[in-house]
Amino acid sequence: MRHPLTPDGNGRKFVKVFTILEKHGRKPSRLVPILQAVQEEYRYLPEEVLTYVATALDVSPARVFGVATFYSHFAIKPKGKHIVRLCDGTACHVKDSIPILDAIRKRLKLEGKKATTDDMMFTVETVACLGACGLAPVVVVDDQVHGQMTPENGVKLVEEIIAKEQS
Amino acid sequence: MSANILNILDPAAGNGGKPQRRVIVCAGTGCVANGAYNVIKAFEQQIKAAGINVTTEFKPEATRDLRLNKSGCQGFCQMGPLVTILPDEILYNKVKTEDVAEIVSQTLVGGKVVDRLLYVDPATKKHCKGISDIPFYQRQQRFVLKECGTIDPESLHEYIHHGGYAAAKKAILKMTQEEIVQEITKSGLRGRGGGGFPTGRKWEAARTQKNAKKYVICNADEGDPGAFMNRSVMEGNPHSVLEGLMIAARAIGADETFIYVRAEYPLAVARMRRAVEDAQKMGFLGDNAFGSGQALNCEVLEGAGAFVCGEETAMIASIEGQRGMPRPKPPFPAQSGLWGKPTIINNVETLAHVVRVINQGADVFRQLGSTASPGTKTFALTGHVANTGLIEVPFGTTLREVVLNIGGGITDRRGKVKPDGFKAVQIGGPSGGCLTKEHLDLPLDYDSLRNVGAMVGSGGLVAMNEKTCMVSIARFFMDFTQRESCGKCVLCREGTRQLLSMLDEIIEGRATGETLDSMEKLAHAVQKGSLCGLGKTAPNPVLSTLRYFRHEYDAHVFHKHCPTGQCKALAKPSIDPVKCKGCTACARKCPVGAITGEKKKAHVIDQIKCIVCGACADTCKFEAVVGV
Repeated sequence: MRHPLTPDGNGRKFVKVFTILEKHGRKPSRLVPILQAVQEEYRYLPEEVLTYVATALDVSPARVFGVATFYSHFAIKPKGKHIVRLCDGTACHVKDSIPILDAIRKRLKLEGKKATTDDMMFTVETVACLGACGLAPVVVVDDQVHGQMTPENGVKLVEEIIAKEQS
Repeated sequence: MSANILNILDPAAGNGGKPQRRVIVCAGTGCVANGAYNVIKAFEQQIKAAGINVTTEFKPEATRDLRLNKSGCQGFCQMGPLVTILPDEILYNKVKTEDVAEIVSQTLVGGKVVDRLLYVDPATKKHCKGISDIPFYQRQQRFVLKECGTIDPESLHEYIHHGGYAAAKKAILKMTQEEIVQEITKSGLRGRGGGGFPTGRKWEAARTQKNAKKYVICNADEGDPGAFMNRSVMEGNPHSVLEGLMIAARAIGADETFIYVRAEYPLAVARMRRAVEDAQKMGFLGDNAFGSGQALNCEVLEGAGAFVCGEETAMIASIEGQRGMPRPKPPFPAQSGLWGKPTIINNVETLAHVVRVINQGADVFRQLGSTASPGTKTFALTGHVANTGLIEVPFGTTLREVVLNIGGGITDRRGKVKPDGFKAVQIGGPSGGCLTKEHLDLPLDYDSLRNVGAMVGSGGLVAMNEKTCMVSIARFFMDFTQRESCGKCVLCREGTRQLLSMLDEIIEGRATGETLDSMEKLAHAVQKGSLCGLGKTAPNPVLSTLRYFRHEYDAHVFHKHCPTGQCKALAKPSIDPVKCKGCTACARKCPVGAITGEKKKAHVIDQIKCIVCGACADTCKFEAVVGV
């Protein structure tokens, strides 16, 4: 039987979401893994996809948005091409992680609450703990862990990427 | 293949010949960040080039001359990448790809030890050959972590070879539910995740529920910043967690289990998933687990980044696809948990201990630790200590032993050991409290820590030197809990926010004596008015620093002075004219040109220009810059 929500020509961008929903049996209980898979695909959770998921699971959009905004892993705004995550767990914090964050943000001209650069190249965020406390302070650039960081070396990591992107 | 594999791979039956030479490269997170994967690659090339008959796979019979494998975290993260050579029991530190050729030619071919790669005990300057003479390891008693660091975490066969799944098989095929629960109760095992609730009692409550459907959840949502014990166990020995989970399921009569892993731990997720798949293939999990005729299934779930989900009822809500908010207890999850069915939730480390209790019996388990807190506990030792890493010691070990002996002492800003540098230890993360010099001889266990206003928590131990401002530490934790509060209880949601702004006032020099009084009152109110552990314990860091470091708060509030110089708004950096040698290093480093002075004469800081960045203090070799 053809499902009423099967994407037609106009809904082509939802094909991936459709597959994800099918894989999880369209069960509302699977909402978290569904959103994780969607985010894997789109790198963030676009509003129209969240609405689509809500309709497909037959739950209110409020419920889906509630879950999407509750967990810090979910992003409802697009992120930059390169993600710089600074660990600010206790071990990193006592080993002066914040000056590293300040230095990197300053280099990328990020002010106030801004986390992503205007050219969508970098997103800088802090995480509570990456579990690499033995190497504190830690900076993770695109899933690569760099231990025993200093503000100078943190900026250097960013400069390397900028140089690579420009060449 | 079937469950009979357990007999074929009986540890007594295999490996009759001489022990196989082994090279084990640590591939824990710390060592990988330091380049462990490249070291492994270099070993592969160099060993082959040397013409040694090598394998990377585990085989019950030693068929090759040498086996090269990666392992989970070996614990001594500070010194990574670590390379262990067995049976010689050599441990090489900080191995770089350039060192590999020398190890192959000297040690593997020549049978000699490469001295320069050994650990040097900073106290005695002695070169330590292996874990039997490195003080960091010598003073530990490793059970949960025993196999982490030697076995290949991705090899089910190797786990079995070390006696793995014998306990699960025994529990499922030979023991009744009552017998399992009795043994666990007798062992006195207490939950390693935080509260220390007796595991046997939890299981008994779920076992006696009359319900055809029950669940077991493994809590691997290790959210405590500064702790990575669970991560290391899952990455280093995932099957031990799964085996404990199977025993728990059998004990209460559950056929469905979940492992809820923190999303920040991708390697742990991958290793646990692999372990579950391999156990399914082997028939340990599935519709006919161990040929018992009973179903037993397991699914690995990834968290989505919410600290509160470490709380039992919040975790259940999260698995049900809701926002992870806790609900009132009772009913306890053991009575009505996931989907309203009886559910038990156990921590990773608890489950790993369960395996040992079933294998060796409650009496053996009780031989270590104290009467009320039997067994061993893993701690993540971090912060300003010489040896950071993962340790396991019996309950009742003193703080002095852990921090000063195993940890190798407190370090200063530059990483040098300072004999009198100890200021405090934060234990139990954002829910815990701090311990000071007066607690150095306090035996660490659930009850002794609770009596002094701290808690074991999951086991994060962050050591701090005298340059650490305790008010900032309290603010750091309050900032964390404030962000992680789920928002359900008003006192937790609004109270933590108010506490944070009061701490900010103190740090920025805007506070009065009244601030301290209302902060203390509010802290007690948040403890009383919150539903779950997060809110109930959120004020602990504030209360415990107030209790032991009141003078630091007073200095901030009444004298507008931060004794450690860490709080920028209150810092007034100046140069001690006696200590200053006039080397000009600070003046050259100062980004705003606030330091002036002639060569070989004492320098001065212009307070108006100074932006309190601390660069001068970091540069000065004579510790002449004070107050920042």
